[in-house]
Amino acid sequence: MAFLEIEGLQKKFGAADVLKGITLEIDEGGFLVLVGPSGCGKSTLLNTIAGLESVSAGEIRINGKRVNELHPSQRDIAMVFQSYALYPNMTVAQNIAFGMEIRGVPKPERDKAVAEVAEMLQIKHLLARKPSQLSGGQRQRVAMGRALVRRPQVFLFDEPLSNLDAKLRVDMRTEIKRLHQSMKRTIVYVTHDQIEAMTLASKIAVLKDGVLQQFGSPAEIYNRPANMFVADFMGSPAMNLIPAEIAREGNDTRLKVEQRSGEPLSLALGEAGAALKPGKVVFGIRPEAVTDPDGADRTSRNVVEAPCLIEVVEPAGSDTFAVTNLGGKEAVVRLRADAKVSPGQTAMLAFNLDKAVFFDPETQLRLT
Amino acid sequence: MADVTVIVPRRASERRLAIQELIPKLVLAPSFALILLFVYGFILFTIVLSFSGSKLLPDFSTWVGFGNYQRLFAHPNWITALKNLAIFASLYIVICSALGLGLAILLDQKIRGEGALRPIYLYPMALSFIVTGVAWKWFLDPGIGLEHVMHQWGWESFSFRWIKEGKYAIYTIVIAAVWQSSGFVMAMFLAGLRGVDNEVIKAAQIDGASTFTIYRRIIIPLMRPVFLSAFVVLAHLAIKSYDLVVAMTDGGPGTATWTPALFMQKFTFGRNEMGMGASSAIIMMIMIFSIIIPYLYSELRMGRRA
Amino acid sequence: MSAASQDNAARTGVIARAAIYAVLILFAVYYLLPLYVMLVNSLKPLEEIRQGNMLALPQQWTIAPWLSAWSTAQIGVQPIGLRPYFINSVLMVVPAVFISTMLGAMNGYVLTKWRFRGDSFVFGMMLLACFIPFQIVLIPSARILGLLDLSGTVSGLILIHAVYGLGFTTLFFRNYYEAFPTELVRAAQIDGASFFQIFRRILLPSSGPIIVVTVIWQFTNIWNDFLFGSSFSSVDSIPLTVALNNLVNSSTGVKEYNVHFAGAILAALPTLVVYIVSGRYFVRGLMAGAVKG
Repeated sequence: MAFLEIEGLQKKFGAADVLKGITLEIDEGGFLVLVGPSGCGKSTLLNTIAGLESVSAGEIRINGKRVNELHPSQRDIAMVFQSYALYPNMTVAQNIAFGMEIRGVPKPERDKAVAEVAEMLQIKHLLARKPSQLSGGQRQRVAMGRALVRRPQVFLFDEPLSNLDAKLRVDMRTEIKRLHQSMKRTIVYVTHDQIEAMTLASKIAVLKDGVLQQFGSPAEIYNRPANMFVADFMGSPAMNLIPAEIAREGNDTRLKVEQRSGEPLSLALGEAGAALKPGKVVFGIRPEAVTDPDGADRTSRNVVEAPCLIEVVEPAGSDTFAVTNLGGKEAVVRLRADAKVSPGQTAMLAFNLDKAVFFDPETQLRLT
Repeated sequence: MADVTVIVPRRASERRLAIQELIPKLVLAPSFALILLFVYGFILFTIVLSFSGSKLLPDFSTWVGFGNYQRLFAHPNWITALKNLAIFASLYIVICSALGLGLAILLDQKIRGEGALRPIYLYPMALSFIVTGVAWKWFLDPGIGLEHVMHQWGWESFSFRWIKEGKYAIYTIVIAAVWQSSGFVMAMFLAGLRGVDNEVIKAAQIDGASTFTIYRRIIIPLMRPVFLSAFVVLAHLAIKSYDLVVAMTDGGPGTATWTPALFMQKFTFGRNEMGMGASSAIIMMIMIFSIIIPYLYSELRMGRRA
Repeated sequence: MSAASQDNAARTGVIARAAIYAVLILFAVYYLLPLYVMLVNSLKPLEEIRQGNMLALPQQWTIAPWLSAWSTAQIGVQPIGLRPYFINSVLMVVPAVFISTMLGAMNGYVLTKWRFRGDSFVFGMMLLACFIPFQIVLIPSARILGLLDLSGTVSGLILIHAVYGLGFTTLFFRNYYEAFPTELVRAAQIDGASFFQIFRRILLPSSGPIIVVTVIWQFTNIWNDFLFGSSFSSVDSIPLTVALNNLVNSSTGVKEYNVHFAGAILAALPTLVVYIVSGRYFVRGLMAGAVKG
């Protein structure tokens, strides 16, 4: 039995269905990330777990106990908000201690708990300040302190890093990961940033329009996206989704891809094509799986080379991204930084077909 | 918006949750009940009354249909009141808006001492209409006021006795009312001007527009919402105008400065024509609501869209 | 900041700027004139007003008109001055402001942070109530005050003012709390705070400005009210505005202009003081009351 279980959860606002039957679970000590574009229902889902919003149907269980009817304060959860939601009229110490104060915890005990948390988050020197006197990163720490001091069964994070600048965001991300590893508490974390999702999660749930698109480990989500939406949403630059056709030539399964100029590409799929039927498909390949021949993955069993017309070259320091045109769409490929390519030139590219995935153009679902 | 379908409590925790969802409504209920009774219930009461033959006291045994309304619109005093309202409201709104906008534009020219001038323009709004009325009543009084002062200063032929003349008395009320409210309209426009995007102005200057053109073609058209708000506030004040008239002229000379509000008061409580008084109040409400309801509706809808 | 100010200011010529200042100062004189007239003439003997010039400073300074207005002027049938009516006004304003502000704050809190189906309808009804012409409720109000045995009492006036102020106080607090972050309320809920605890510990400490705005608005409106005061008061409960009007418009006796002016300033003094002390909040209230939604 999982620690946090969500079963058939539905949420309606009047006529609008915000959550359309979500089923998820996460083990004790797990890190569940809910990710999706804005308006996908991920924050609503988090709020229903917190008890801040009621559910229309379905059940939420924490540690085997149904919590649907419990007030947020009785669910043994703590939440870190996007805006941090620090009480502006209270000092940092009062903010952290407020929940204990409401529960009637005696003052000495409160002070001790606050001191411990302040120590852990290195905010001791801020305890007497008001939230308005803190920087964004400091507010973030205080908000986490307020959650930590409760020692809850489940931590809920609602886009906690989205108000920080890029550098601080990376630091705090690491910090959250470290806290999770040392405390071993269950975390549910909402973000629209797929890099945050990949780096933090033990399980990722991708949502769109209130429907769960895929639920799995970061590697599963990244390598075997359930559908074209997940493939496109997770990863940066996004996976290339190229209209193509499967054809049989004798025992060989070949992938035909139109090019803007010159011959269509014809790639021998080998093992990767064994289960595919002839006909139209969408060929999904991540930029890093298409390289210059010298940069190709030597451990891969199935690398094929083909000439492609390079249209744009974007050096990015550690890598060089190049744009070519495949199947009538722009495709981004990742070359080594010192690969010698220039716009207008036809270059040999190496396709790592071990990493290729194929989708049905109609249903948009993954085929193999 | 939280869903509030209150489920039949099954467990203690669920019951507690239901109670907690009830508390906010219990807190709001007394206020809402008071408003329902004192505003909407009373309006209903007055509507019913306006169809009754009530005289000194409410009388629900004789019904006259639209009789009160027919008598109302046949009554010369009511016609005078409506004419006065038309004169008063249109002058009051136009002058206040023009003066308010003009002063706001002048004040917006990086004026030294703006901090001192603004409160001077605005303080009349803090006064009671009765105080305003007393001040202007005696200042415009020919015996001791302006006319007297001019005579003292040697302008013997100066004559200003509007407040005593039936034909002109209503204009003295306009003067006092404008004095009281124009500073407020100025403040509304000033806030509007300060809200104009600076980059738009800069763009126009780069396009070579003169200050005058910038105001005429860009800034003043941007003040549309302020004009609308000012219109609604002023129209609503004009229709309600009562205190100022009472303090300055008490409707006189004769019935020359009666307004609908004054009519209602005099007929209901002075002449024991409660039915007619009620019907005049209904007409006033219809006038105000026909301005306010579309305005509030569009404001609330815009608020929701934003 | 200012729309056209800086760049235009540089361009506008010196003459134009002089003209602008002249116009602005002229209007300042216009707005100050009535106050000046009231003040100087309240410090003159009556004879000097009749014979002399209303705009001139007193030749013979006297505070007798003020003393008379305060404690001996003939109002109605009694020569008791405005003092008892001043007290009536205070007794009426303080509770009425307190009750309507408190209820408005709670209403605003519920309408923004505890929303429920139909809440915008409730708010719409309360908002519309701000604008009714009070003439339409005069007759039934008189009846209900009679039924409650409150006719002609200060308590009756308190009830009336509190009820008809509710729309505006609710509007003020609702608009203020609308901008108050809902996440704070949610955080407090998770911390286990109850409905009232959240209000008292989280919202109220941040409500200072809007409380000041609302109190000033309600105070000014109720203190300056004439219609309800003249309709629902009796000898013992007449508020100051009504007494002032009786003083000025009594048809009997000599017209003591100086006393009238002193009385008018007395009646205006509390709201003027509030305006001078906290003009910023006063203006904010006016704006909030004018720009609805």
